[in-house]
Amino acid sequence: MTRRPGKGRRQIALKDRLAPVLISLVSVVVVFGAIAFFVGSAEQWPRIQNQFFSVEAMLEAAPGVARGFLVSLQIWLISLVCIGIWALVLAIFRAMSGPWFAPLRVFAIVYVDLFRGLPALLLVLLFGFGIPALNLPGLPKEGLFWGGVALILSYSAYATEVYRSGIEAVHEGQGMAAKALGLTQWQTLRYAILPQALRNVVPAMLNLVVALQKDVALLSVLGVRDAVREAQIYTARTFNYSSLVVAAILFLLATIPLARLTDHLQRRDRQRRLQGAK
Amino acid sequence: MNRIEIEQLTKFYGERQVLDAVDLNIAPHEVVCLIGASGSGKSTLLRCINGLTEFDEGTVRLDGVDIYDESFGRTGLYKRVGIVFQAYNLFPHMSVLENITLAPIRVHGRDRREAEAAGLKLLQLFGLGQYARAYPEQLSGGQQQRVAIVRSLATEPDVLLLDEVTAALDPELIGEVLKIIRDLKTSGMTMVIVTHEMGFARDVADRVCFLDGGRIVEQGEPHRLFSKPENPRTQKFLERIIAAGRLEASV
Repeated sequence: MTRRPGKGRRQIALKDRLAPVLISLVSVVVVFGAIAFFVGSAEQWPRIQNQFFSVEAMLEAAPGVARGFLVSLQIWLISLVCIGIWALVLAIFRAMSGPWFAPLRVFAIVYVDLFRGLPALLLVLLFGFGIPALNLPGLPKEGLFWGGVALILSYSAYATEVYRSGIEAVHEGQGMAAKALGLTQWQTLRYAILPQALRNVVPAMLNLVVALQKDVALLSVLGVRDAVREAQIYTARTFNYSSLVVAAILFLLATIPLARLTDHLQRRDRQRRLQGAK
Repeated sequence: MNRIEIEQLTKFYGERQVLDAVDLNIAPHEVVCLIGASGSGKSTLLRCINGLTEFDEGTVRLDGVDIYDESFGRTGLYKRVGIVFQAYNLFPHMSVLENITLAPIRVHGRDRREAEAAGLKLLQLFGLGQYARAYPEQLSGGQQQRVAIVRSLATEPDVLLLDEVTAALDPELIGEVLKIIRDLKTSGMTMVIVTHEMGFARDVADRVCFLDGGRIVEQGEPHRLFSKPENPRTQKFLERIIAAGRLEASV
């Protein structure tokens, strides 16, 4: 008897695939529909809707907020690169063993304790207002620059810990094998440990990337005209809050695709390793 | 002259003494198996030979030169003494060929193309040629362990240390790994082998050392040691092994 791939089986598979999708769609519609109905039934809703969700005000505010959002994006991207590198350097300092590296190790530990222990907003204020006021020759005086530095220093402390957890999660046998092959401590990190560690930390790092994207808004306290600041300017002028909603939508538009992209990259990486054999 | 000379080797882990003044000489081309219960110090002794574990007292010499002698340089010892671990410890993010050529290229400064050609040749020699581009997780345990052996051979060592290399394998995969070790013995490789495969130790070893409590309690020619152990502790250990079905009772 010949074995058919089975039309019936494929139908079942299709049904099995569709059913969960349908159930989740229905439940999302029901839950959010109920919330919308509940909120919409509030007596004050028409007024709130006009103040926060006025399409007319949104369109009017959009160009300014979008311009500010571009500033936010720029700060975000530049900070990301700096954090990624600086935190990796700190994590490597911590991972090196032996008396020669003790000062670097201590530095990294003190650094992380200090900057993780202080609120980011406090650092932004201290750096953004304090350092320009020192009037030191040769240093930039913009609050934007120093506020950015504060964010980088603060987030690097968290990112260092993420890198470190990734390094420590690599099995100790890997380090031993590398040592037995004659690799130096640095080569062991570079070729054996870090490639695995970096792969391990992608999801945890993405959390920081998203969190940073939102915390860029902290720089608005320094007068930096980012998305939040631009939205506030519109609000102050018109007493309509719809501009804040525009900013919120822009933030979501940036962060959600990012999460999907990371999922995709991780899946592809795994497939590449599974398909390597001929 | 002995290839490896171990004298009065002593090692503590904190308060606990794991090696107690061990003396052991290994001649060129000799195959020595270390047997004994878990915690008897076999693996620690093995790892002291290539400096992977630091010891507290005693000396280890390779061809008459202390392994901590400056003439070895930083990598000389690792080039001449290879080690294979129970858990393979292949680098999962590298293909088989990358695993094998890492040390020749990065540590010993060989040309990449030359190292890859040599690595491929070595893989083919051990029947692993078709897996050169595969990643470790695509291979069976036995194949991974064979790759790990090839990786340690890629730097052309004079001595190979094998640390329970079949202990993590399914029974049906042990044979292919043991065959490689037999082939290596035929080719004249000096080997120190920590193993729980008593039958294999009896067949492949020139000499078997039984360790207990950080000492070599008894050593000798394998057929003699397995059939007529002299030390009561060896007798007791072998009785337990036979009772567990890991070694057929000697006639």
